[in-house]
Amino acid sequence: MKWAVIVFPGSNCDEDAQQAIIRVTGDEATLVWHQETSLADYDAIVLPGGFSYGDYLRSGAIARFAPIMKAVRDKAVQGTPIIGICNGFQVLTEAHLLPGALLRNRDLHFHCKMVELRVETNRSPFTAAYQPGDILRIPIAHGEGRYFADSAILHELQEDHRVAFRYVDNPNGSSESIAGILSKERNVLGLMPHPERAVADFMRSTDGAGVFRSIHQYVTEREGAHAH
Amino acid sequence: MHTEPTAEQIEREGIYRSLGLTDAEYAQVVEKLGRLPNYLETGLFGVLWSEHCSYKSSRIHLKKFPTDGPQVLQGPGENAGVVDIGDGIGIAFKMESHNHPSAVEPYQGAATGVGGILRDIFTMGARPIAFLNSLRFGPLDDAHTRYLFGNVVAGIGGYGNCVGIPTIGGEAVFDPSYRHNPLVNAMCVGQLPADRIVKGAASGVGNPVFVVGSRTGRDGIHGATFASAEDPHAKERSAVQVGDPFLGKLLMEACLELMATGAVVGIQDMGAAGLTSSSAEMASRAGGGIEMMLDRVPCREAGMTPYEMMLSESQERMLVVMEKGKEELAFQILRKWDLQVAEVGRVTDDGRLRLYFHDEVVADVPVRLLVDEAPVYDREIAAVYEPPGAHVALPPDPVNYQLELEKLLAHPSIAKKQWIYHQYDTSVRASTVFGPGYDAALVLVPDSEKLVAMASDGNGRYVYLNPRVGGAIAVAEACRNVVAAGGVPLAITNCLNFGNPEKPEVMYQFSQAIEGMSEACRALSAPVVSGNVSFYNETGGEDIYPTPVVGVVGVVEDSQLATPSEFSEAGLAVYLVGNLSDGLEGSLYWQMKAQQAAGDAPSFDLATEVKVQRFVQRAIREVGITAAHDISEGGLAVALVEMVEETAPIGMTVSLPAGFQLPGVLFGEAQSRFLIAAQASKENMLQDLAFTLHTPLLRLGETNTSGELVISIDGESSPAIQANLHELKKIYTSALENNMNQSWR
Repeated sequence: MKWAVIVFPGSNCDEDAQQAIIRVTGDEATLVWHQETSLADYDAIVLPGGFSYGDYLRSGAIARFAPIMKAVRDKAVQGTPIIGICNGFQVLTEAHLLPGALLRNRDLHFHCKMVELRVETNRSPFTAAYQPGDILRIPIAHGEGRYFADSAILHELQEDHRVAFRYVDNPNGSSESIAGILSKERNVLGLMPHPERAVADFMRSTDGAGVFRSIHQYVTEREGAHAH
Repeated sequence: MHTEPTAEQIEREGIYRSLGLTDAEYAQVVEKLGRLPNYLETGLFGVLWSEHCSYKSSRIHLKKFPTDGPQVLQGPGENAGVVDIGDGIGIAFKMESHNHPSAVEPYQGAATGVGGILRDIFTMGARPIAFLNSLRFGPLDDAHTRYLFGNVVAGIGGYGNCVGIPTIGGEAVFDPSYRHNPLVNAMCVGQLPADRIVKGAASGVGNPVFVVGSRTGRDGIHGATFASAEDPHAKERSAVQVGDPFLGKLLMEACLELMATGAVVGIQDMGAAGLTSSSAEMASRAGGGIEMMLDRVPCREAGMTPYEMMLSESQERMLVVMEKGKEELAFQILRKWDLQVAEVGRVTDDGRLRLYFHDEVVADVPVRLLVDEAPVYDREIAAVYEPPGAHVALPPDPVNYQLELEKLLAHPSIAKKQWIYHQYDTSVRASTVFGPGYDAALVLVPDSEKLVAMASDGNGRYVYLNPRVGGAIAVAEACRNVVAAGGVPLAITNCLNFGNPEKPEVMYQFSQAIEGMSEACRALSAPVVSGNVSFYNETGGEDIYPTPVVGVVGVVEDSQLATPSEFSEAGLAVYLVGNLSDGLEGSLYWQMKAQQAAGDAPSFDLATEVKVQRFVQRAIREVGITAAHDISEGGLAVALVEMVEETAPIGMTVSLPAGFQLPGVLFGEAQSRFLIAAQASKENMLQDLAFTLHTPLLRLGETNTSGELVISIDGESSPAIQANLHELKKIYTSALENNMNQSWR
């Protein structure tokens, strides 16, 4: 299968995501420049972490207007798995592909550390390799990671089992300790922690590998089903 | 627009003084030039002959540093030094100070320090892989200090996190000496193919010269002269520049892409003194000249004068010399990254810096006179240096050693620094093997089994007490950190932070510290490949502790050799490598008791240093040990607590031989010592190795499951310290955060 990792000006986890995909799945992963307009050839899309356009306005607020985002939207409608990590999550909420917003951390400081996440659902292309209740160790690195949504949205996310991950110990003041959420159709995931930084022993955790493995498995099984 | 003073006015009214030139220096310019310089020309000399750019007080002393070695690919003189780690891989690195701006505008001062050192690294053609920083502040009981410190940390993180380079190492010291003059030293490390070093030389007559990156604004004019003056607080904040890390990131990517084409002849960051220093220094390195049409420089506002353009320190700008005929490459790549690019001039062979504005020559001066013939001062050095700690009385023995240990663990200089480094992205690039909190940081080298090791260190108190020994210790301790992590030190960079060079005692400290550093560099085969001097760190006549900070880069030959500084298992044997010593000289413990730096520098012997470093290197390679840690500030007892992993449910029993003064054994800071931990099965091999290498090795005790730290003296019935390790770790971990949780915004 083929993965696209979108590169906005200011993306800085693009190569990390690419390397993690290759390390975990052995698949082909291509860096796609934000000025491109088509993603037709790709089976999975990653919006990586970083500071797109410097994030001087609101994180992700400018990236949502990049030419590539039209293609990302189209792929979302087509059911292609799309994962936004950190700044990618912020871009997805700004683009209204996911509900809610990411605000500055409660204490206004940037936080980079290993945290524990609880898997809330494995009914998604991103979490199928886990069991609900699994505790994962995955690093965070963000200044604006406090997930916020109004109570109606939070209720809906809860009812639809669209909260993918929660923090065990909420590091940033996120509503209901939310670390990652799914779209209605469950093919778009946004998460603040960095699974691409937890895929090798030297990284002190390999718990993030399941995210990439899940996507790989989902896509290859779907292709297999189409072939029959 | 106000008119500039005429050349005659400048001379008559002494206006050159406000542009940074002394009477003698101005006279020298007039004589060598054969005429009176105009306002712009006087400004060019003012900045390039400033201490910051010309190193006029330090140059003759810096020559003493050893700079050669088979591992050195690029020594001092370029934008950064480069060492060879084998496999065709070069590591570029440099450290730089941003002390004065950070004291005035802490967030931007620190951020632009990081941005500047980043550009120095990628201009070598190197992909930056890590940042480190060394910070010195006054005690945190002062709200203004907390404001400065908090914003400096935020500024370092703000720039480094955005450009996506992990900040993975460094140190922070809090001492009254730095209350009015905080030190902010930033180091950047990059990787490049060993045969693809890009130089900062403007060579090839007729080659086009480009200004790339940000537009030139009116910010930061006189930053270089500002950094060279006493009491920058009296100066305006407008002399501090504002950083744009997003632009810095784009500029880095664009320049690396441009350099990869092979069409870049020379490139340099417009750092201190902006367009002036970059053009003059690049021309000087090539032994030629440059002419520039200043009308073509992209400016932020209309009506900027040539003087303002030449002296602006607007950030995120580069001067690039391209191969003639390949101009289009520059336009293509820079436009892809949405960056400004303008062809502003060309390389000449007449050895002059010639500037045009509106088709008129507005400055025409010899490059050699600006750069190479800048004044050199052999400043007066004090004949005697009264050892400032020699007459301080030793403190009485404490009643409760545990309490003393707790006080040391809670001192912000010793306490765990997670409040700082949790604000830095330490894992971006997904290559960090050891991040902050280890003796040295280790980073993966792609397509290689090797790791790059790096650390920064420097103890100003030791240098103050004994400049020569203190200087040697700074180098030795930095190298020791790399050795503890499994590395072999290769070379160093440094930031020499000192007081006012016009004072003979400051020059004594400076020259002696360099002597000591040079001796240690030679003994440890770690030459100096880059560095920076920051003088005038004084306020109201009070100078800071003379503080040379050393940044060291080394290599870990195989990732299997990476050795942590912590352990978490029971049943390990704990050893002291080096001599048991009971001197309190120069220790933080004694300073806390005496309320001043006390005694001599800690006992230090270069031969022993070399011996213990060799021993630990071989023990890691040949025996395999579980952990290794340098004994530094706070002494043996602190180092023991530091080695226990925070959440490990273990204890440790240590017994020390009788016949030593207990305060010194526990809290003394005698140098050239490591603690190592090894599995019981390795003990015989360790002892054999120590015997073979004639290295002092003392078994101190072992880890167990008791959860307690018990330190006792042979033959005495009750232990000197018996404390809950978890509680000690809690003090150690929370102290800095507790200090910072007092209001500071």
